[in-house]
Order: sequence, then C-alpha cells, then structure tokens
Amino acid sequence: MEKKHFERPIIKKLQTGMPNKFGMKTEYEPISEIDGVSVKDLVANYGSPLYVMSENTIRETYREAHRAFSTRYPKVQFAWSYKTNYMNAICNIFHTEGSWAEVVSGFEYDKAINNGVPPSKILFNGPDKSEKDLEKAIKHGSYIHIDHFDELYTIINLTNKMKERPKVAIRVNMDCGIYPLWSRFGFNYENGEAWEAINRIMLTKKIDFVGLHCHIGTYILAPWAYGIAAAKLADLAVAIEKKFNHYIKYIDMGGGFASKNTLKGAFLPGSDTCPTFDQYADAITTALINSPINHEHLPVLLLESGRSLIDDAGYLVGTVLANKRLPEGKLATIIDIGVNLLFTSFWYDHKVTPAQQFSHHTEDTIIYGPLCMNIDIIRENVQLPPMKKGDNIVISRIGAYNMTQWMQFITLRPNIVLVDSKSKAHVIRGNETPDNIMKNELVPEHLKKFEL
Amino acid sequence: MKLKKKIAVSETGFIFDPTTGDSFSLNPTAAEILNLLKDGKNEKEIKKVIMEGYNVDESTFERSFLDFMAMLRLYNMIEEDEKN
Ligand SMILES: Cc1ncc(COP(=O)(O)O)c(C=O)c1O
Repeated sequence: MEKKHFERPIIKKLQTGMPNKFGMKTEYEPISEIDGVSVKDLVANYGSPLYVMSENTIRETYREAHRAFSTRYPKVQFAWSYKTNYMNAICNIFHTEGSWAEVVSGFEYDKAINNGVPPSKILFNGPDKSEKDLEKAIKHGSYIHIDHFDELYTIINLTNKMKERPKVAIRVNMDCGIYPLWSRFGFNYENGEAWEAINRIMLTKKIDFVGLHCHIGTYILAPWAYGIAAAKLADLAVAIEKKFNHYIKYIDMGGGFASKNTLKGAFLPGSDTCPTFDQYADAITTALINSPINHEHLPVLLLESGRSLIDDAGYLVGTVLANKRLPEGKLATIIDIGVNLLFTSFWYDHKVTPAQQFSHHTEDTIIYGPLCMNIDIIRENVQLPPMKKGDNIVISRIGAYNMTQWMQFITLRPNIVLVDSKSKAHVIRGNETPDNIMKNELVPEHLKKFEL
Repeated sequence: MKLKKKIAVSETGFIFDPTTGDSFSLNPTAAEILNLLKDGKNEKEIKKVIMEGYNVDESTFERSFLDFMAMLRLYNMIEEDEKN
C-alpha cells in the first residue's frame, strides 16, 4: 500500500464572529509552475532564491495598456520607465513592443543607448542631470524634461557654446485633488511658476520647447486625478499657443497607475480595488479631447507607466529554511528571501503561495527573511498551509522596483530568469560572485597585516 | 503527557473543549495523532503508526510532533504527568 502524503499536524482555534486580523485566506491553489516551467525545476537549475520574469505577461499587459489608450486617442506613445526595472532584456521587451525609453540618470541614459534606443526616443527626467549628461542629451537630440530653474539656466548656458538646439519639456507639479501632493519635482502650476519657466524658455529663442510633463505620484487609485492633471496641462498648452503662436508636440502624463498589489493596511485586496487601464485612459483622453486644444494640433500623448506594466510579470521564488513556534503560539516561517531582495514588502502585503500541493488547512503565520535583522519581515500576518523545511514558495507581483532597488547585504544577489513565450528559461542576470562585490575594495598598506 | 479526558474529538477533525467552550479544527494528520493520544498511546507508539502510514522520515515527524504538542499545551489540552 502506498503511504499517504505527510502534512505537518496543525491545530487551529476557531473564532466565530470575530474579525480576523490575519485576513481572508487568499490562496487555494499552489503555484507549481510559471508559464509552463515547473518551479521545482527552476530552483534545481538556477537556485533559490530566484527572480522569474514572464515575457508573456509583460507583452500582454503592455498590449492591454496600449489598446486602452490608442482606441481612445489618435497619437499614443509609451516610454519604458527604466528605474522600474532596467534589466536590459526587460527593457528590450518593451522596446520591441514599440516603447521609447524614460530615464532619470546618466547611468540609465547610457543603458538605453547601449540597448539600441535612438537618442531621439529617450525622455530624460529627474532632478540630477549633470552638465555632462545635459550636453550629451542636447548633442544627441534627446528630450530633456527640466526639473528646476538651476537646470534651465545650465541648459541656457550650454546653448551659448553648442550648436544643437536643446529639445525640452518642463515637468509640472500641481494639485489634482489627491494626497500627497508631489510638489518637489518640477515647476508648480497653481503659483504660476510653470508659466514663468515656459516664458523664460520661449524668450531665449535658442531652445525648442516641445512638451509638458507631469508625474503626479505613484500607485494612484483615483483615475479622475489624471483627468484634472491632463486638463491643467492642456490649459498651459493653449496659453502657449495664444501667447507665442507655438504648438507643443506632446503632453506626457508620467506613470503612477496602480498595480494589483495590496497596499499594507488596505482592507480589500488590490486585485479588487485597482482601476483598469481603461479607466485611466478614459480620464486622461476625455480631458485632452474636451480641452480647448486645437484639434488640428493634438499633442502626442506620452505615458511612462512603470509598476502597472511590470509588477504582474515578476515572481520571486524562495525556499522554507525553518519553522518556529513563537511564544504566543503563532507560527513563524523563515524563508531565504529577505527584505533586501523584496524592497516592495515595505509597501505591499505580497501574495505568498506554496509551490507544492497543500490541504485546505491553514495557520496564522508570520514570514521572516534570513537577514538576522528585526525589520526582516516579508508578511506579518498571513494564512498559510503547513510547510516544511525545503518546501518552495512563490511571491507574486514583484516585477517593479525590486530588481533596481535591491541591496546586497550579507550574501549575494541571485539569478534573474526570463521565461519566454515558448516556456524556455533564460538567465538575464547571473547571480553575483564574491569577486563581483569585493573587486572594488582596497585595503591600505598599514591594514594588511595583523596578529590575533 | 495525556490528552485531557473531557476533550471531544470528532472524526472530521473538530475538537470541542467543554471547559472553555473553545473549538478547534485539525488537519487529517493532527486528527489522527490526537485520536492516538486519546487512546493513551505514547510518542513512540504514535511515531510507529504515523511512519507506517505516511511518507515521512523520523526527524520530520519528531519536529512536527514537538511543535504540535507545544500547541496542544498552549491550548491547555494536555494533562501533565503528576509525578512532579
Ligand atoms: C518621472 C517618472 N516617470 C515614471 C515613473 C514610473 O512610475 P510608476 O511605476 O508609478 O508607474 C516614475 C517613478 O517614480 C517617475 O519618477
């Protein structure tokens, strides 16, 4: 007779009628494969922890977003927000779909160029562009989105020594009826600062003023806020036309659409509360089309969506290192994924799913990472079926920001694998070796020898 | 190490503790172990039964058995030996 599958014995107190702070049980099915590749095989071949990206999901999500906008507005262009995930293979998936590049540093700018993006299809954002960066962007004809007056004056000075005309937009911040108001980037709309910047630029006559940019925040659950922002930028565009008889080429609405992740402390899961691309597109395009902008001169609508395009495509696969019973009876499960690899765990209650079959019995669990630090908590309260040392877990919707904001801490960063549409896995960033980390270290002569 | 006599265990894995009014649910492995405890079996005997019926090695069994007993103790279901 074949022996039965052994599941750790668990006992759970039933609390009828009591709200349960551990929330609803979220998972009924294991994630045993990702796009047709078994999680066990991925771990056997590429190690644990392991980042896994789904090419299919990226393309499907991009196409869904593009369709939502292009069916409502005649001229739509996405630019991939490099900071969200700048693995070259990931950027190139977006570029093959037609996305331009949106960068916020010289490092990202060079990355886009190295990936083969034509400089005239790069949007250069951010408060930190060095004079050298600006010179390079002007020389190659990239779009510079000016963040502050100091940057504007640096550009004006450069025009005195360069023959190329800079192509610039300004970043505008404004009150869109939502909190928090991101006022630290760009020029303010309400107090007239944005209009003043536009006037300075137009009056130099040495600069091509091509667009208006905003990025009103991130994980914005209110599509109508984008409608307000688009209407305000449209008003500026009309004012520019009136005063200078000049039509701008584009209005760039930035990023900020929510992903389906659940924010910490949220009552309902993000998959239920996240607006659709259609809702965002409707708010933005309605505001632009109904604005006083001359229809013969509708600007291109640029979008720099980050997390909403990539979160769903990323998985972080890990392994249970140990189970521990805390004094108050709660189960603590320690996994090999720390907050240094899952930066977004400070924001989100990430979905954690076992990779192997389980019964419907669950326990109140806290999931700790391996970092030997008190803050290293992946999930504070989650209902999980019993798992044992060596079992695998899959953390979903981690494609945005984790592969750019990760920290190397006490150990080395793992492989990143891309599963293509034919279920073939490709390493797109190899795991680090001690040499990678230590080759830049130098020990002064007097510290080289010691006796203990 | 004995289950308190008053604790009622159903076939389907529910427990009722009449002294506190609390009820609990068990997964199948836990229900089987609890029934063995109720029959007065000790750890060694329970281990034998479970290892014969389930695909589990000794150390995995022992670790999970220890953890399970700690939970039963936490929920006050165990009568400690009266020797001490
Ligand atoms: C200028 C700019 N554009 C786009 C993005 C992408 O934002 P999100 O990931 O919220 O869509 C960011 C992110 O901070 C940004 O600063």
